Amino acid sequence: MKISHYEGLGTLRLPEEHRQPVKTAGFDVKQLIGWHRSMVLIRRVEEVIADLVESGEVRCPCHLAIGQEAVAVGVASGLFADDKCFGAHRSHSHYLALGAPVEGLLAEVLGRSTGCSGGFGGSMHLKAPEFGLVGTVPIVGATIPIAVGAALALKLDGENFVAVSFLGDGATEEGVFHESLNLAASMKLPVLFVIENNLYASHLHIDYRQPGDSLVRYADAHHIARELVDGNNIVDVAQATNRLLTIARTERRPAVLEAVTYRWRGHVGHREDIDVGVERQHNLPSWKQRDPISRLEQGLLIANSKLEDEFVKNRNEVDLEIAEALSRARSAPYPDASELLRIVYHQRNS
Amino acid sequence: MQYGEAIRNGFNYLLDSDKSVIVIGQGLWSPWYVGDTMRDLEKIYGTQRVIDTPVSELACTGAGVGAALCGYRPIVTHPRVDFALLATDQMVNQAAKWNSMFGGNSPVPVVFRMIVNRGGEQGAQHSQSLYSWFAHIPGLRVVVPSTPQDAQDLLIAATLCDDPVVYIDDRWLYEIDDEVTEPKSVDLSTQGPKVLREGKDITLVGLSWTTKLLMDAAQRLEGEGISCEVVDLRVLNPLDASAIIKSVAKTTKLLVAEGDWISYGIGSEVITRVIENLGPKVLSAAPRRHGLADAPAPTSKPLEGIYYPHVDDVIKSIKKMMETSQK
Repeated sequence: MKISHYEGLGTLRLPEEHRQPVKTAGFDVKQLIGWHRSMVLIRRVEEVIADLVESGEVRCPCHLAIGQEAVAVGVASGLFADDKCFGAHRSHSHYLALGAPVEGLLAEVLGRSTGCSGGFGGSMHLKAPEFGLVGTVPIVGATIPIAVGAALALKLDGENFVAVSFLGDGATEEGVFHESLNLAASMKLPVLFVIENNLYASHLHIDYRQPGDSLVRYADAHHIARELVDGNNIVDVAQATNRLLTIARTERRPAVLEAVTYRWRGHVGHREDIDVGVERQHNLPSWKQRDPISRLEQGLLIANSKLEDEFVKNRNEVDLEIAEALSRARSAPYPDASELLRIVYHQRNS
Repeated sequence: MQYGEAIRNGFNYLLDSDKSVIVIGQGLWSPWYVGDTMRDLEKIYGTQRVIDTPVSELACTGAGVGAALCGYRPIVTHPRVDFALLATDQMVNQAAKWNSMFGGNSPVPVVFRMIVNRGGEQGAQHSQSLYSWFAHIPGLRVVVPSTPQDAQDLLIAATLCDDPVVYIDDRWLYEIDDEVTEPKSVDLSTQGPKVLREGKDITLVGLSWTTKLLMDAAQRLEGEGISCEVVDLRVLNPLDASAIIKSVAKTTKLLVAEGDWISYGIGSEVITRVIENLGPKVLSAAPRRHGLADAPAPTSKPLEGIYYPHVDDVIKSIKKMMETSQK
């Protein structure tokens, strides 16, 4: 296999670049409107959660992915419910992109028993197995080898489903990331590693953490197929995902997708993340000009100016759905105290 | 059948009777790492199910957790307890907590098999057992076989259990020979500490090779008119101490021997459970704990000789307890 030379992110890390409308020619408009709805849903749910954090009604630590919606929705567009997805601390977007119910997420961050994890998970431990989300956890890098094990299971099953590991650029600094890539490559396991490179691990820019800013070099080191895309262009994300998923499904080997993006809020909490360094403060307004939702809207309007009505419809539907879900979540009870000891083990003692 | 062969018997039964069982870990195709406990299993069941791995304890243990979440019953094998520490995140942060942090109905049926392999001047990083470390974690079940029968049965029970189970076997026991019944399905939730030898004067509690040590001591003391009751712990977590409590209520004396450091250890837990249940006046002599010297394992042979508990020391303690007894 040819090993390519190291390349950096180049213009992908510059917010002044890549602001043009998403090219939608050749795509089914209905599908694109569906993606728009998913991205708007993630944006609005997280804005609502941010408000609940600010008001103090939500108390668990919430890590918001506002600004990064195109990665989750673009990747999810190529997945089936029998694929096995894993996330981390910033995974509301993955949960919602896979189609899991809004009420399950809102009830969970509110600590209610009707939450997707029964009120035992909060924002950082989400599951929706019937939609393909096996679990998300906040130990950085922890679900990477777990996804590799899921891929081992799926390979033994003998069908063509795949495992997906969503991780951030910070997680690539964990040793287990490199162990996992080696294991997946040497055992030829069908797992897609989706690296959302938002340039920051908590407060610290990647330039202070790594000798290079692009993470596909790790795929090259392990002889793994990979693509590097603008993570704020949903069509680019979806197309690259599909090419990589084809490799994983048919050739039963791993693949790496690096999607460059930017988060608008702080590492944790509701605030805009402008107080952690000159560079971030300077760049956030520019990155908002590279908004994945508006760029898709602009692309669709070029094709058909009447689609504005569809955007409005999506927003109205989403807001109604969220309002109803929040109302139900708020009236749900907290978990019963007896659950605390009952669920430590799954198997009952006789 | 020998203890080591009985482990292999358990593996053979599991791999043969349940297609969801897989084994993954370093050195599985080499007797250098796992003794005879897995001899030729990869030839019989294939390298797809008996998987020797890269030198990546953390990723391989995580892969076991992931496969367990997707319908399999993996047995992750670490040829030394010390090496398994590299995988602590997956065992303690992930597997042990998974069912709880997702609100139940998220079972992780994975076994973390670790082998205690000490002595032979191997030193500080090749000698640990850390039983009470693992037993401290809610969500991890911990089983420790001391007999060939249990080496087989507890491996089967651990693998068929829906929870993460730490199974710790000991190479010092591999040549112990005893009768072993045909392998069959065993429900771990029915298993617990067991009286291996009945007696009336003193209760001796051990696990793994210290159970053997206590059985030897009991045998020798019988000739001197001291009747020892020996309880083998077998299942450390969750601990059902009722067999021990019942025994001490009868004998009024309690000695615990463990192959680990004494501070914050198994002995402390067992003695506390007894006192909490029977009250401070139940004991007719001060309880005793035997274990390792509070130091990392030495390498040189003479130091190894004083580092590990010896049957003569235990016998001395028992006699002292009999002499000072207020009963």
